[in-house]
Amino acid sequence: MVALAIGDAAQVTAGAALDIETVSHAFDLDETTLPVLNRIDLSVRPGEFVALLGPSGCGKSTLLRLVAGLEPPTRGTLREDGRPVTGPDPSRIVVFQDPTLFPWRTVRDNVALGPQAQGRLRSQAGRIDEALALVGLTQFAKAYPHQLSGGMAQRVALARALVNDPSLLILDEPLGKLDSLTRLTMQGELVALWQRKGFTALLVTHDVEEALFLATRVVVFSDRPATVKADFPVDLPYPRHRGDPRLVELRRESLALLGLDVSW
Amino acid sequence: MHEHAITGDRASILAGRSRHLPERHPIVAWAALAWAAAGAVTVSWPNIKDIALTTHVGVGEGLVGVLLLLGFLLGPLLRGVNRWLGHNGPWFVALPVLLSVWQVASAKTGYWPMPFFPPPQGLLHAYVTDYPRLLESVKASLVLLGLGLAFGATAGFLTGLATGWTRRVSYWTSPLLRFVGPVPTTALIPLVLFLFPSSFSAGIFLVALATWFPVTILTWSGVAGVDKAYYDVARTLGADQRFLLLRVTVPASLPHVFVGLFMGLGHAIAVLVVAEMIGVKAGLGYYIDWARGWTAYGHLYAGLLVMALLFSALTTLLFRVRDRILIWQKGVVQW
Repeated sequence: MVALAIGDAAQVTAGAALDIETVSHAFDLDETTLPVLNRIDLSVRPGEFVALLGPSGCGKSTLLRLVAGLEPPTRGTLREDGRPVTGPDPSRIVVFQDPTLFPWRTVRDNVALGPQAQGRLRSQAGRIDEALALVGLTQFAKAYPHQLSGGMAQRVALARALVNDPSLLILDEPLGKLDSLTRLTMQGELVALWQRKGFTALLVTHDVEEALFLATRVVVFSDRPATVKADFPVDLPYPRHRGDPRLVELRRESLALLGLDVSW
Repeated sequence: MHEHAITGDRASILAGRSRHLPERHPIVAWAALAWAAAGAVTVSWPNIKDIALTTHVGVGEGLVGVLLLLGFLLGPLLRGVNRWLGHNGPWFVALPVLLSVWQVASAKTGYWPMPFFPPPQGLLHAYVTDYPRLLESVKASLVLLGLGLAFGATAGFLTGLATGWTRRVSYWTSPLLRFVGPVPTTALIPLVLFLFPSSFSAGIFLVALATWFPVTILTWSGVAGVDKAYYDVARTLGADQRFLLLRVTVPASLPHVFVGLFMGLGHAIAVLVVAEMIGVKAGLGYYIDWARGWTAYGHLYAGLLVMALLFSALTTLLFRVRDRILIWQKGVVQW
């Protein structure tokens, strides 16, 4: 019965379209400005899973902050389903590299943050439990964050995001700090969640293989100030296999774009 | 081979079980003996002059000895009592030794001169004859301390929160805090006693002021130290300013607030006692000062002992409250 309810919710939720229109951004450092993004144009269709690849410090995470509405861009416009992004909104949820759970709240209360902030705690109590079940942490509902492993904490962060039924899930290297085994497991889980829920996903990662394993489309950024260097689809069905010859070929091409072709 | 392993297991289980049976702690028997000896010394060694309640103290010490003996004999039947006695055994031996040293030095030999160092029965005499005044003093001190702490902690928390939260407030408060903060509240006692209509209101104000400063500073630093990522998370989840303040800033800075409360309690107690000695004509500080004036040193020590018990109880209470509210911190930091 409960599982059925989740299924219904998944069908209602549609991914959002995201339009990034000639967005430039610069940081003010005393007296000088540091340009980080240079005229980025990017259109994401509803339900797409887009991975952003780029050299470290090129401004990928900054772009995500702009998409989330945490900062306004210096120039250009971002639109979600045609409406300009002016600030944070629960339809666009970020999962950060650090789980940033609130240590004073139990796991369940952390997942309940969104509904509580939106004043819908009462009506969404069932959804909170569903989200916990979705990431397999029902038994840890009453635990405090310091009692969790890194992978479990990141799963809670994922549940905290998903309980809001985001139409755009923004993933800022969410698996970057996990050990490699947990990481592989959670990559599979992410794909499953995305297929089930139908949200649009925007993933920043420095892991080429992760990008190719998860995304339907990969966008490669240049060095700072970042411009779009390449933009190609990953035309492979799910579930994917890491040894797939097409995937290996795409990886070599991506690494070449990142200037690492020599070592491969 | 297999059989052997099983019997080995069974043996170890049996050994474990017998280890868990409560055993008598020999130290408790020694403690009973020590108390009995202390009682004997008190009663049978003649005082250098007549001192009231000497027999009472001696009999009391003997009674403690009897109770400890009972505890030793019945220990295995009373698990909790037995563990408590075993843990505190060394103290139960040390206490009668110290009491006897005091008894002998003061009442039996006069090595410690009498009006300044009365024997234990001198304190007992003060409690027996003067308990209404002592209770009155405890009440007076607690009222001043309670009201002052409540006002000071509330004001300090709000000042600190506002200072850390908005620039507009910190523009005014932070220079003020820097300037006024380092002045010890005790230095303001004469001024406050003169400015306020009654010594009662002056006392409350002084205690509140002493609490206010550390609570303000620590709350401020707690608010300033909140991880900015918490705000990002809450904002993307749809939090408004009110939610950020009440559900992120306040709980995130609470550990600092409690450090401020501990410091505030210490400052408050200090200024309270000094104020009672100088101008507030009530309370434990006043009682001690009054006893000194009359060279009633038994009363003075009696007052000090009550003070030690009362203030350590208050500190313990604050620890308990902290442990309850900050339960999530357990495992994050070492207490």
